[in-house]
Amino acid sequence: MDIIVYGIINSVSLALMALGFALIYGISRVANFAHGALYVISGFMVWSFLNTAGLNYFFSILAAMVVVGVVGALIYQFVLIRVRGMPVSEIIASYAIGLAILEGFRWWGFKGMTYTLPVFVEGGMQVMQVSVDIHRILVVVIGGAIVGVLWLFTHYTRIGLALRGMAQDERAAMMLGIDSDRMAVVSMAFGAMLAGIAAVLLLPLGNITVDAGYNVLILAIAVCVVGGLGSWMGAVLASFLIGFAQILTEVYWGAQYQMVVALLAIILTLVLRPSGIFGRQKALEERV
Amino acid sequence: MNRGHEYRKERLDRGIKVRSDGLYSLMSWRELSYLTLPRLILICGLLLLPVIVPGMYWQRVISIVCIYALLALSFDFLAYHLGLVCLGGAFFLGTGGYITAVLNATFGLPPVLSIPIAAIAGGLICTLLLLPCIPLRGVYFAIVTLMYPLFFDRLIVALDVLGGTDGIMGIESFPGSQAQYYVPILLVLVCLFGMRRLVNTDMGLMFRAVRDNDQAVRASGININIYKAIGVFIASAMGCLSGACLVHIYMWAGISLLALDFSILPIAATVIGGSGTLVGPVLGCFILVPISELLRAFGTLRIVFYALILVAFIVVRSEGLMVYAQRKYHQFERWVKV
Repeated sequence: MDIIVYGIINSVSLALMALGFALIYGISRVANFAHGALYVISGFMVWSFLNTAGLNYFFSILAAMVVVGVVGALIYQFVLIRVRGMPVSEIIASYAIGLAILEGFRWWGFKGMTYTLPVFVEGGMQVMQVSVDIHRILVVVIGGAIVGVLWLFTHYTRIGLALRGMAQDERAAMMLGIDSDRMAVVSMAFGAMLAGIAAVLLLPLGNITVDAGYNVLILAIAVCVVGGLGSWMGAVLASFLIGFAQILTEVYWGAQYQMVVALLAIILTLVLRPSGIFGRQKALEERV
Repeated sequence: MNRGHEYRKERLDRGIKVRSDGLYSLMSWRELSYLTLPRLILICGLLLLPVIVPGMYWQRVISIVCIYALLALSFDFLAYHLGLVCLGGAFFLGTGGYITAVLNATFGLPPVLSIPIAAIAGGLICTLLLLPCIPLRGVYFAIVTLMYPLFFDRLIVALDVLGGTDGIMGIESFPGSQAQYYVPILLVLVCLFGMRRLVNTDMGLMFRAVRDNDQAVRASGININIYKAIGVFIASAMGCLSGACLVHIYMWAGISLLALDFSILPIAATVIGGSGTLVGPVLGCFILVPISELLRAFGTLRIVFYALILVAFIVVRSEGLMVYAQRKYHQFERWVKV
C-alpha cells in the first residue's frame, strides 16, 4: 500500500517537473536545459515576494508565475531565437544560461535551511491505511488537474491549437498564418510557467536549494526521453514508470539509488529505442 | 555610404598566402616566415611559459590549462570533425583519472607507465561504454553523453567503490617539478599537431564525410560506425590522458573528476577559440582558465562569468576568435559597389 500511494505521489511530481520541458521541446524543438534554473527561480521568487515584499501567499505565487513566464520568454527572444535550428548550439546556450542562473544563486549565498516555503494546508490524513500529509494529496489533485487543463487548452483554444499545429508540422502551420517565432516564445513562456507551478507545488515539501535545479533537469529529461521527446502523453505515462521504479528501488535497495535509476533509464532508452516508448519512430533522424 | 549604391564587403586572399601555398614558399624568407611564424610563436610561447610566469602557483595553473586544452581538443575533434557532440568530457577525464589512480596507488606503477596505460585502456573502456550510443545522432548523442558522468558519479557514491566520496589518496606526483610543468605542455603540443595531421589524412576526410552526410557515406558501402568508433577512441584517449595527468598533479582522485566543470569549460573554450580549428580551443583554454583562476576568490561567480561569455559568443560571434584571426591573417577586405 505504501508503495502504491507514494508511487503515485512521486509519479505525479515527476510529471509536473517534466511537463514544461516536454511542452517546449514538443513545440519549438528546443531542448530547454535551463529548465532546472527556471524551477529554482520561481521557488525563490515566491519566497522573496512572500517574505521580503510581504504579499500574501496566493498573490506571491501569481506574481512569481508572471515573472518566470517573462524570464522564459526573454531567454527565447534574446538568445535561443538567434541559434534556432542548430540543436547543439541551442543545448549549449540554454545549458549555459541555466548554469549562470543556478551558480549565480549559489554565489549569492542562496542555500541551506533558511529558504523554505510553507505548505498549503497543514496536517495529514489516512489514505488506504497509509498516512499522507494533505499537501502531497493536493500535489496529486492539482497535478492531475493541470494535465487535464493542458489537454483542454491545446485542444479547444486558438493559441493551443496553433501550438499543436506548430508541433505537428511547422511549415504547414506557417502557411496557415501562424507566426512560428511568436508561438515559440509563447511556448517557452508556458513551459517556464509549468516549471514554476511544479516548483510552487513541490518545494514546500523540502528546502529551496540550487542542487534541486540540477536534479529537476535530470528527472525532466529522464521522463521526456523515456516517454519520447515531444510526446506529451508519453511523458505522463513515462513519469509513472520512472516514479514507481524509483519508489521500488528506494524501498528495496536504498534512497541513494533514486538518481541512478533515472540516469540509467535515460541511457538505456536512448540506446535501445531513441524515440522513447511512446514516441513516433523517426529512425533516420535519430540514428544511423 | 550614400543612397542608391549598395556596398558589400569583398574578401580576397593576400598575395603572400597564395605564393606560400605550394613548394614556392621555400623561395624566400618572407614567405617561409609567413608560413612558420604563427606555429613557431605558439610552440615557443608554450615552452617558455613555465619560465616566464611568476611563482609556483601560476606554473601550476599552466599545467591545469593544458589539462583543459586536451579536453577541449577532444571535444573540438569529436564535435566539428566527426559530428558527434559529446557534452560529457568529464566522463573521459574521470575514467583516465580513476585508472591511473588505481594503477598507481594499488599496483604501484610509476607515472611513466600509468599515464600511457591509462590513456590507452581508458580510451578502450570509454569507447566500449559509448559503443551502443555511437549510432545516435545530434541531440540524442549530446543528452546521453551528458548523462554518463552524472551516472558514474552517482553510481560510485551509491556503491561506495573506488574510494566512494573520499576518493583515492596517496598517489605519486610527477618526478620533479620540471616534469610536472613540461609533460602536460608537450602532450598538448604533440596532440595538437598530431590531430592537425590526422584531419588532413584520408581518414580525416572520412571523418568529415561522416559529419557532413552520413547517409551518403553509408550509401557508398562504408560502415560509418567503425569510423565513429575510431574517432571516439582517439578523442576519449586524449581525454583520459588529461585525466591521468590531472590525477598525478593533484595526487588525488575522487568524484570531483566527474564534475560538470570539466564538461562545460572545454566547450566554452572551443566556442570562444573558434570551433573546428583545433588551435582555437587550446587558445580558448589559455584565455578562460587563467581568468577563472583570477576570479577564484568570487567562488561560483566564475562559473556564471564563463557561462555568460559562452552565451555571448554563441549568440553574437559564433565563429570564434581563431577563425576571425585566420581570416585577418590570410585575407584583406574592401568595400565594393554592387
